[in-house]
Amino acid sequence: MRAGVRHVVMCAFVLVMIYPLIWMVASSFKPGNLVLSEPGLIPSEVTFQNYRDGWNALDEPFSLFFLNSLMVSVGSIVGNLVSCSLAAYALARLEFRGRRLYFAITLVSVMLPLHVLVVPQYIFFSQLGMVNTYFPLLLPKFLATDAFFTFLMVQFIRTIPRELDAAAWVDGAGPFRTFWSIILPLMTPALVTSAIFTFIWTWNDFFTPLIYLTSTEMFTVPVALNSMMSSETSSGVGALFAMSLLSLLPIIVFFVTAQKYLIRGISTTGLK
Amino acid sequence: MTQDTLVRPVAQSPPPPPRRRRTPSFRRQGGAAHVFLLPFLLGLVLITAVPLLASLYLSFTDYDLLHDPELVGLDNFRRMVEDERFWASVGVTLWYVLVSVPLQLGFALLLAVLLDKGMRGLALYRSAFYLPSLLGSSVAVAILWRQLFGHEGLVNSLLGWFGVEGESWLQNPDTALSTLVVLNVWTFGSPMIIFLAGLRQIPEELYEAARVDGAGRVRQFWSVTVPLLTPIVFFNLVLQTIGAFQAFTQAHIISGGQGGPLDSTLFYTLYLYQQGFQSFNMGYASAMAWVLLLVIALVTAGHFLLSRYWVFYGDER
Repeated sequence: MRAGVRHVVMCAFVLVMIYPLIWMVASSFKPGNLVLSEPGLIPSEVTFQNYRDGWNALDEPFSLFFLNSLMVSVGSIVGNLVSCSLAAYALARLEFRGRRLYFAITLVSVMLPLHVLVVPQYIFFSQLGMVNTYFPLLLPKFLATDAFFTFLMVQFIRTIPRELDAAAWVDGAGPFRTFWSIILPLMTPALVTSAIFTFIWTWNDFFTPLIYLTSTEMFTVPVALNSMMSSETSSGVGALFAMSLLSLLPIIVFFVTAQKYLIRGISTTGLK
Repeated sequence: MTQDTLVRPVAQSPPPPPRRRRTPSFRRQGGAAHVFLLPFLLGLVLITAVPLLASLYLSFTDYDLLHDPELVGLDNFRRMVEDERFWASVGVTLWYVLVSVPLQLGFALLLAVLLDKGMRGLALYRSAFYLPSLLGSSVAVAILWRQLFGHEGLVNSLLGWFGVEGESWLQNPDTALSTLVVLNVWTFGSPMIIFLAGLRQIPEELYEAARVDGAGRVRQFWSVTVPLLTPIVFFNLVLQTIGAFQAFTQAHIISGGQGGPLDSTLFYTLYLYQQGFQSFNMGYASAMAWVLLLVIALVTAGHFLLSRYWVFYGDER
């Protein structure tokens, strides 16, 4: 009985939270003039016109923006996985001077606001002629600057028994061999978590591409949406909704397929 | 295995290698470590340390990207004191942090406690509450919010059913910021999941003992759950506060990059962006960034200092 009440309350709560998203889905199928005037969920008339209009609302079709976002996201995943796992292995397992210092720096830089670095970084990339390229978006990822992932991987490697390293050592494996054949395969869960969060963060990222990408054909999806919104294209709100929804789909797909890793990653580390 | 395996005497000590004497293996590890750390060190220097120092330098200059930076001493900071928009952005950001973070954590804790005790369908509810956290920082959801709270938006349509004449929430300086608070509260799922993980760590015996002593549900919550959860509350508080200080995307989208109406959604980072990347006042933007860094550092340090008085660690007496 009490459980029943609790479920009713919970369901109501879920409904309120999810309703705006459902409304967005419904609205994207409504004819342009009804998007705002019809608050209900069932469209009186279903149309795909919004998707057609939205897809071509800017100078370039949205397929290009999705492709750009995909390239940047995949590049970021590769960069983070390679550079952070290398650094994490050294910080967690190897003996060298400055290890504690580097680890402390990693911890502190998790809290460092991006804004205090972005002006000089912009000047740096602009003097190298790299504004309006993907270098400013990708290079930092290949240099292990997402400290959160380095930290996450260090913590994970620490849970792997050191006896395995010792055994590899006795068998004649050096640090590289040990990393590649023993540690890396065992840290798959940490790698998957990092990959998923890198994808979601990069896919959603607005600030960095907004600063660095200037021409439409280089836009990632969030910048394209922003540009579509501010240019008040004739296609209107329905088209904007349609493209916004499409931009959320990859995240929702990731969420549905990788929930286990997402939840585990967030409960152990507090990643968003 | 390789020949090396056969040659290497088994007695040779496996890692960790002796700390005192610098054996060849130690040196080799140091060398190897720096190969592993090469990207990390390059990033530390090129992407973090040098820009950090450069922005400190730039904060004392006037720099428009075209001419050489010109040292102006403390002018940027003096200008801040007199800059009304700067203070508007400080007010907006502080208000946002002070209101939205406690609300968000309150919801997160409440829902975590309600979901904790062997509730059926937990995984499903957990997912439904968590999804907005993943979407919340996206441009797409900010666009959705813009429509929800617009003059002809969903919120007003729903209010209309109850006979309430809604206003244009985003055009009214008194309510525009609140819509962004609602958006942040909406993403309570990620701290909620951290709370859920924390609740799992509380030993069931403590609840049993409390029950034996005659404590009801509410009493158990305040005497067992809350004290044992304070380290997690602290963790969430620090993280969410740091995040809230840096809010940008939602304000940019909702106000079309302007921070309006009447600067009521002019977040600190949005103003910094306007100064640095629209007006190209790179020196002023750098100075603002350093103020932000100092404030975040002070607030975080303050959290740590205050935590001594309210965060309870189980192993203490």
